[in-house]
Amino acid sequence: MRVVIVGNGMAGARLATELSDQDVLVLGAEEHPAYNRILLSSVLAGKHRPGDIALVGSPKARTGVTVTAIDRVEKTVTTSDGSIETYDHLVLATGSRAIVPRGMEGALTFRTLDDCHNILAQAQNASTAIVLGGGLLGLEAARGLAGRGITVEVVHAVGHLMERQLDPGASRVLERTLGELGIKVHLNAMATSISDERNLHLDDGRVLTADLIVVACGVRPETELAVKAGLKVDRGIVVDERLRTSDRFISAIGDCAQLGNEVGGLVAPAWEQARVVAQQLTSDPLAVYQPQPPITRLKASGIDLAAMGTLQGDDEVLFADPARGTYARVLISGDRVTGAVMLGDNPAVGQVIQIFDRKLPLPLDRRTLLLGRGGGSASAVDSPALMPDAATVCQCNGVSKGALVKCFRDGDDVVTRTRATTGCGSCKDAVEGIIRWLEVAA
Amino acid sequence: MKRVSRTLVHMPEVATHCPYCALQCGMTLRETDGKVEVGARDFPTNRGGLCQKGWTSAELLDHPDRLTSPLIDGRAASWDEAYSLIIEKIVDIQRTHGKDAVAVFGGGGLTNEKAYALGKFARVALGTKHIDYNGRFCMSSAAAAGIRSFGLDRGLPFPMADLAEADTLLLVGGNVAETMPPFARYLTEQRERGGTQIVIDPRATLTARAATLHLQPTPGTDLALALGLLHIVIAEGLVDQSYVDDRTTGWESVRASVAAYWPARVERITGVSSADLELTARALARGKSIILTARGAEQHSKGVDTVTAFINLALALGLPGRRGSGYGCLTGQGNGQGGREHGQKADQLPGYRSIEDPAARAHVAKVWGVEPETLPGKGISAYELLDSLGDTVKALLVFGSNPVISAPNAVHIEKKLKELELLVVCDFVPSETASLAHVVLPVAQWAEEDGTMTNLEGRILRRRALREPPPGIGTDLAVMAELGARLSQGKSGVRFDSAPHAVFEELRRATAGGVADYAGVTWERVDAEDGVFWPCPAADRAGTPRLFESSFATPDGRARMIAVEHRPVAEEVDAEFPLYLTTGRVLSQYQSGAQTRRILNGSIFVEMHPDLGFDDGTLVRVISRRGSMEAPVRLSEHIRRDTVFAPFHFPGMGRANSLTGDALDPISRMPEFKVCAVRVEPA
Repeated sequence: MRVVIVGNGMAGARLATELSDQDVLVLGAEEHPAYNRILLSSVLAGKHRPGDIALVGSPKARTGVTVTAIDRVEKTVTTSDGSIETYDHLVLATGSRAIVPRGMEGALTFRTLDDCHNILAQAQNASTAIVLGGGLLGLEAARGLAGRGITVEVVHAVGHLMERQLDPGASRVLERTLGELGIKVHLNAMATSISDERNLHLDDGRVLTADLIVVACGVRPETELAVKAGLKVDRGIVVDERLRTSDRFISAIGDCAQLGNEVGGLVAPAWEQARVVAQQLTSDPLAVYQPQPPITRLKASGIDLAAMGTLQGDDEVLFADPARGTYARVLISGDRVTGAVMLGDNPAVGQVIQIFDRKLPLPLDRRTLLLGRGGGSASAVDSPALMPDAATVCQCNGVSKGALVKCFRDGDDVVTRTRATTGCGSCKDAVEGIIRWLEVAA
Repeated sequence: MKRVSRTLVHMPEVATHCPYCALQCGMTLRETDGKVEVGARDFPTNRGGLCQKGWTSAELLDHPDRLTSPLIDGRAASWDEAYSLIIEKIVDIQRTHGKDAVAVFGGGGLTNEKAYALGKFARVALGTKHIDYNGRFCMSSAAAAGIRSFGLDRGLPFPMADLAEADTLLLVGGNVAETMPPFARYLTEQRERGGTQIVIDPRATLTARAATLHLQPTPGTDLALALGLLHIVIAEGLVDQSYVDDRTTGWESVRASVAAYWPARVERITGVSSADLELTARALARGKSIILTARGAEQHSKGVDTVTAFINLALALGLPGRRGSGYGCLTGQGNGQGGREHGQKADQLPGYRSIEDPAARAHVAKVWGVEPETLPGKGISAYELLDSLGDTVKALLVFGSNPVISAPNAVHIEKKLKELELLVVCDFVPSETASLAHVVLPVAQWAEEDGTMTNLEGRILRRRALREPPPGIGTDLAVMAELGARLSQGKSGVRFDSAPHAVFEELRRATAGGVADYAGVTWERVDAEDGVFWPCPAADRAGTPRLFESSFATPDGRARMIAVEHRPVAEEVDAEFPLYLTTGRVLSQYQSGAQTRRILNGSIFVEMHPDLGFDDGTLVRVISRRGSMEAPVRLSEHIRRDTVFAPFHFPGMGRANSLTGDALDPISRMPEFKVCAVRVEPA
């Protein structure tokens, strides 16, 4: 069976890897071999070099080739270089394109590796930048540019940052954190036009000026090819729970696909969809995709933000320390976590993510969700007077405080008789402390 | 029967080593008024320390449970009667079902001499390809990964003293504070020098609680964690590029593969926060660093790839071959290192040679006095061997092992053992496996025999006899020699020595030119040099405490970096079996507990988080798809809420391996001891 995959992005390349022992052809519009789009912000920040973000994709992928048409009767695709490829099964993984609001055409988009190169080229001589859009991608771009010593202003149309993921409280703490990193945030600020490539006009009459203007106002599914082929398309290419489009020989995965009312945008579901389609094509034709609630993660130098689920719940636990940039709010219904926002230094963030992701029951002590309690710390050496006789002092040889006391009172050498301290030796201080206490008491 | 010549001199006091773990702590044994006393000895591995297992080890010498006579179907019999029966059955079975219908199962506690003799006995006397050992359940994943990346597997490729020099020490899935307490002296020293210590374990063990940072991942996700650490090392520009360029191959594919393991993804798989992953990666890149893996990382159906991922991390940071830096694994059993070098593994000949290498076969066949083509080929691994009992394999001879307790999926394996036409067990106590045997042969304990052990550093040590075995008790070597002689009648030039020194001299010749080359090691040198590190090809050359300083043991001298991918555990939790079970060890017990349960207090328990709703001390039943166990609850805040822990040392209803599964690593054939799905009910 020949599988043709249109798109060599995160979803398409992943599917090609999953199907590496099959007859697969990947056609990618971008010139580059498959790369990890998640890491573009890291490239922008100068952490990853562009060559370091290559993904293991299909060695036979054809890049720089756009698919121009699908012939669903003949089951062929036509490419921009004029070739015609037949398929038994076609997978559309065409991804999405950046939304550029009206009037913002002069700004740089931030979606592809080429976009990243463009921004970096301009950033070379820039000392100031404006990022239009205070969502996840916009803030990643802002953090990346700020990390290069550029003064950044973020212009966001709504009243708080990342409004789909954060509550206003978290947004305020995040603004403060960004401020300390040299990023200024303008909220409720609607941009209307750009003049002279450097001036951003806002609807309240203000004009912001910067050497570089980046637009990060979201993406929309890339559906042009599917529309031309007569597939059912709404906001994205409509698929069923088996990820089949309205043509059963064609599937769609990743950002371009729409299941129910949901369109993609994150890599975790895209990879899970790739796994399900691979399963259908190799072992289980009836495999079904089960959407998991997404987890949004913004992790960059100086910022540690996790957001998940809804911000509605019957109950909540909350911790805020704005001065230190920490905010944690966990929403609870019954014994489950329904959502969370965690910003800053939250020792339990890994646990909360797993409890939410795996739908695990809540800890009985809910403070665990905020503080990560659970016995990680070493016990301090207690005062010998307060220590119960049964307390084990030397683990290696199972010596209790009571045994040490008895041995001392019998006038025996404590180490020789009890063998305390002769194992790992880490109880030496505790044993010496007890003996000193006994000597003083005697 | 013959006595071991070297034990004839009755020593009032000897310097030897502990009979238990791979640390091989130095100890003295002294006999006064018929009672043997243990003293701690200042040796490089233990620096005068001993744990409760070591201190009490001599109590088993005169223990009332000790086997004193051969047993046939449970009744006392003479040695000659036992030997005759064994030979008669073996000859009969092999005549009917072929040579490979008889198998041998060895152990990682056997001396080098015994491990070597056992491989020879199987291939030459029995002519069977079926020999494997319990080290398959212990070191096989680390061994396979080490060989794949470095061309050689020696647990620690550096002396233990290097540990204290490391600025950062990462210990993955090891609880040395309980399994080898005197080892922790080096950890204490490392911390006191200002070093950073990071422990990865699903439980906050004693070892983890003493560390600077404890990462507590979901069981079965260490591989993703390792890939995530390398991802961060690349992202932060911490790769030692000149080392990678000069000393490794395969970097490009490894780099491409870890691009898919960005912190947020790894965090979701492992439950370890991105911030802690970053702290760990940065700490490892700061100066001298050592990465150690142990069973927690290795006893998985992806154990080899997990170790490989940590080796890749170590190589990217330029650690192996630099003093105070590197990668190592912590060997478990007393001779877990030597035991995996000398031919008791299904695919192996002495000197860590491959049984499929024609040159190796020719060399070893010559030492053994047989033609190379008479040597059998590669057999199957320990679990597969036990699983074939009663089917293709009709007779099994067990030396130094107790698979009824230590094998996974133990209900099934116990049933398979009962299907044998002949089960012979050599032991000194009536272990659970011995109690199923048709013939039990009583053998000497460690204080009654001479020989060598190779510890976790690859340091060859001397085990010295304090006294002779009690009357009526034989030795493993004497059993092999007698059975070998009876089975090899008519084969000229084939010898089976019962004297350990003679066996060692033959082992030197057999390993000469191999990877684990002992040719230059003599018992005298071992005595004079506080042990000798292999390889040591000639008597006039020093051993090799530190490996890989200028090159690796691969054909081109470069370490191989191999791209690996995370994959799920063999058995995920679900609604019916919602908890992970992980198994392990406690301080008072050693392996199957056959020895230590008779001496030290210790009983089965199931450790779980208070949130699971059981009261401390109540009896619960833990159930998996393969079996169940019963044990009292031990509540602990130190364990993940989705995981329960049980030690595997105990028999009967307390046997944790009744629950574990038979998923095997595709390369090492290591069973997945460290994770399976269970539920807990009130008993």
